[in-house]
Amino acid sequence: MNWPLEAFLSFMAAGAFGVIFNTPRRTLISCGLVGMSGWLIYRIFFLTFEDPVQASFAGAFVVSIVAHLLAKKFRMPMIIFSIAGIIPLVPGSKAYNAMRKIVENDYLEAIAFASEAMMISGAVAMGLVFAEVIMQLFFKRQAKRIQKKMGLTQE
Amino acid sequence: MAQIGETSRELALDCFLLAGRIMMESGAETYRVEDTMIRMAVSQNMVNSHCFVTPSGIMFSPSEELATRFVRINNRSTDLERVALINSVSRKLVAGEYTLRQAYDEMLIIDQTNYRFHIWIQILAAAVASGCFFILLGGNWKDLPFAFLFGGTGFIIVETILIETRVKIFAEFIGSFVIGILASLVVYTGFATDLDTLIIGSIMPLVPGLLITNAVRDLMAGHFMSGLSKGAEAFLTAFAIGAGIAVVLSF
Repeated sequence: MNWPLEAFLSFMAAGAFGVIFNTPRRTLISCGLVGMSGWLIYRIFFLTFEDPVQASFAGAFVVSIVAHLLAKKFRMPMIIFSIAGIIPLVPGSKAYNAMRKIVENDYLEAIAFASEAMMISGAVAMGLVFAEVIMQLFFKRQAKRIQKKMGLTQE
Repeated sequence: MAQIGETSRELALDCFLLAGRIMMESGAETYRVEDTMIRMAVSQNMVNSHCFVTPSGIMFSPSEELATRFVRINNRSTDLERVALINSVSRKLVAGEYTLRQAYDEMLIIDQTNYRFHIWIQILAAAVASGCFFILLGGNWKDLPFAFLFGGTGFIIVETILIETRVKIFAEFIGSFVIGILASLVVYTGFATDLDTLIIGSIMPLVPGLLITNAVRDLMAGHFMSGLSKGAEAFLTAFAIGAGIAVVLSF
């Protein structure tokens, strides 16, 4: 598949979700960019390693980092940027296939799909949390450095 | 530092609870609501305050001598613009740019204004999102108009039923049911080829992505009650969507 088309489509999709969730008007383009970066990282990872779980982890990690940086820049809650980017990584097709197999009375296949969907959503959650912890560590260190520079630390 | 007077303490309590209620109704994370309320309280010299936020109610205890207050949260939707606005008001209050009265008036205005996009723009956005996801998930270009159309239709149905009944699960069930029927009709009459991708693309605007993310972040921040109840809400929504599709597929 061609990359510019995927980039454009994921940008449009994330922006459209921004409209549905009513993010502030001036952040809509940033929301689209977050969604685009998350989806492209996910696709690149998926095409090289062929593992949807790791790819979802990487995508969610990148989405969360970019959303944190944008939140600092706009001085707005981080959730505004991360939501639109996370949506493409939600394992909708796996969950759908699991349900379809259940309806067709093929429970073994259904369990396989369902556990894969569980693994992917767990990976997305872990990606979010890892990024959050890393950003917290980074900004704590940065804040301490600024305080030291201004002579505000008391020891 | 001077203690603030009795009337302004009541005003401060009203102000914090209003901020918390609007944020919680608009889909903010629990820990952000608690953090905002505590920061506002500290800026008003209420150092020893505690608050406990759940998705259905907020308790706030200002100090030992003042009574604890409680607000109930009845309806929750997603309106991130309000979260951002309340956030900026609370930042201004903490930084000292706003007095308590100014902040309270501003929040009342935010509470009463409707910041949502026009409903047709939202429907168009849902349709665009469905179409984009349909292609991203490997759909056929020939079927794109159907994904576009069904995504918008599902969104219209869910929103209409929500206005009429306020029962979210029912609305989502009917929405995905109609999407499933329309998609299988189009495929069986030969206009479209790929049933699975068509359905997945069209139900994308209904997926509870915000709830899942919020539930995980709340759980990780140690707010187990909010995390579990939001997780239950997300699970019920996903179950309703799944059941709506499953009913169609089983025929």
